[in-house]
Amino acid sequence: MTLALLIALPPLAAVLDQPFWVNTVTRILILALAAVSLDLIVGYGGLVSFGHAAYFAVGGYTIAVLAQHGIDAALIAWPAAVVAAAVLAAIVGTLSLRTTGIFFIMITLAFAQMVFFTLVAVKAWGGNDGLPLDARSVLPLVNLRDPNALYFVCLGLLLAFVALAAQLVESRFGMVLRGARSSERRMLALGFPTFRYKLVAFVVAGAGAGLAGALWAEYARFVSTDMASWTRSGEFLVMVILGGLGSLVGAIYGAAVLLGLESFLAGFTEHWMLLLGAILLVVVLFAKRGLYGWLAGANDG
Amino acid sequence: MSLAIEQILNGLQFGVMIFLLAAGLTLVFGIMGVINLAHGSLYMLGAFVAASAAGRGAPFVLAVLAGAGAAALAGVVMELVVIRRLYRREHLDQVLATFALILIANDGVAIAWGKTPVRMDVPGALTGAVTFAGLTYPTYRLLLIAAGLAVAAGLYVLISRTRLGMLIRAGATHRETVAALGVDIAKLNTIVFALGALLAGVAGALLAPILAVQVGMGEQILILTFVAIVVGGLGSIRGAFIGALLVGLVDTLGRAYIPVLLKPVAAPALADSLGGGLSAIAIYVLMAIVLVWKPRGLFPVGSR
Repeated sequence: MTLALLIALPPLAAVLDQPFWVNTVTRILILALAAVSLDLIVGYGGLVSFGHAAYFAVGGYTIAVLAQHGIDAALIAWPAAVVAAAVLAAIVGTLSLRTTGIFFIMITLAFAQMVFFTLVAVKAWGGNDGLPLDARSVLPLVNLRDPNALYFVCLGLLLAFVALAAQLVESRFGMVLRGARSSERRMLALGFPTFRYKLVAFVVAGAGAGLAGALWAEYARFVSTDMASWTRSGEFLVMVILGGLGSLVGAIYGAAVLLGLESFLAGFTEHWMLLLGAILLVVVLFAKRGLYGWLAGANDG
Repeated sequence: MSLAIEQILNGLQFGVMIFLLAAGLTLVFGIMGVINLAHGSLYMLGAFVAASAAGRGAPFVLAVLAGAGAAALAGVVMELVVIRRLYRREHLDQVLATFALILIANDGVAIAWGKTPVRMDVPGALTGAVTFAGLTYPTYRLLLIAAGLAVAAGLYVLISRTRLGMLIRAGATHRETVAALGVDIAKLNTIVFALGALLAGVAGALLAPILAVQVGMGEQILILTFVAIVVGGLGSIRGAFIGALLVGLVDTLGRAYIPVLLKPVAAPALADSLGGGLSAIAIYVLMAIVLVWKPRGLFPVGSR
């Protein structure tokens, strides 16, 4: 149902003469990809990463820096962005996964801050001013300059990532990951090297966020240090929670609701952050399973 | 040499101010098990209230007290309305709920004071500089160091010598036992939270004359504070003190010396860029090293 709506959106927007709908939803799809990748580790692995924006930013900057050096083939730049984010995630994961709980939250935040300040410091990449892209990358057969084409590419990649993540969590791998979440000691006693499982999940999540960052760079034709800011990491967590932990698809709804709320509230008051904060607070305090859990629960009953 | 002493004093001053925030944050975590991201908002409130009190002609001491009092009051409200519901929740819920509080606090302050920075003057008697051992150093910054150390000493006495301190220590390690002995844990929690808020407000009010008082100032220092308490070991006042001084010194000395040290080994443009980057991330590198080496910080507490 939602999917049919998403596929029908571009022609619908054209008929109703509301072309900006396509842009708005493209933005939602891209951030949803990052949120889904975060849900993979937070929802299933219990690994609360407070630094997911770092991989998003590395993905975006990879595109922008490659474009700066004249490489604009999407088939080279996008995989490069994914690999760059995955490598960073592998390094951060290897060091961070030794800790648990609040320490894990804080060490992932620390690494994201390192990325943030590094991006601020590198003058060649624009520092605080960010780095604009002259044009979108070139993909064979598809003209990314067409907003509808970019929209469908984002939608396709999001669905592909959700399918991959769903496969992963339903597989033996996912069972071990969830097992380690509820009792690490038990899984270790059963002979599973939980560290390796968690690291793989962490890297896959980082790669997903890197891809999202790459798409963001294409969409906005601009990257900036904002992409790596800790509030951005917080927003990704908010999307996951709003949607409901450990449901993958829920994170998409979470992203849609957060962005929808932002633009809706911003529409009639300058102080929309206050209202957003209040709504968020109520959701966290009183609706523990998130929107998706709430909707699913309502359907069950 | 005198430059080095000046930088060390700067680092010390920054460190003791971080400690004022870290003490509250680490107590709240140690006793209630709550991660409070909105701690920086209390600091921001302290700065704004102090600055506007001073702007209306209140003497410096009164302005600082007003800032501290406002932060403590806001802390009590925050504890009763929100934090209280988070005690038994997962860290993730706590992070999100207090993240929401930041949004509310930032917008609330923007409504009350606007988005342009507010200025507060250094009190007249303290505007000068002190000269000692061939070094000239601003009086007000020396006062900050003294005030920070005095608060640290006071806190040490409070925690280790008084009945309230005994309850705080016991509450951190043996919560159920303390409750079973008839202590009103809910009230103890509120008191501890208010105490932490008060200290954050003091830090905000004391730093207001030398910083830009503006929306978002809380988040900048909050992350440094978290680094300090995580490095020191969560829940430990002593850990928070050492962690805060480490963060203050590493950050200040890093910014002063890393670019200089890079000069001879790298091209000027690279040294500039790399030096700026390295000095900005120095404390995060410190934290990563400490956590990889000791996953629970330098002075871990109990088994929570």
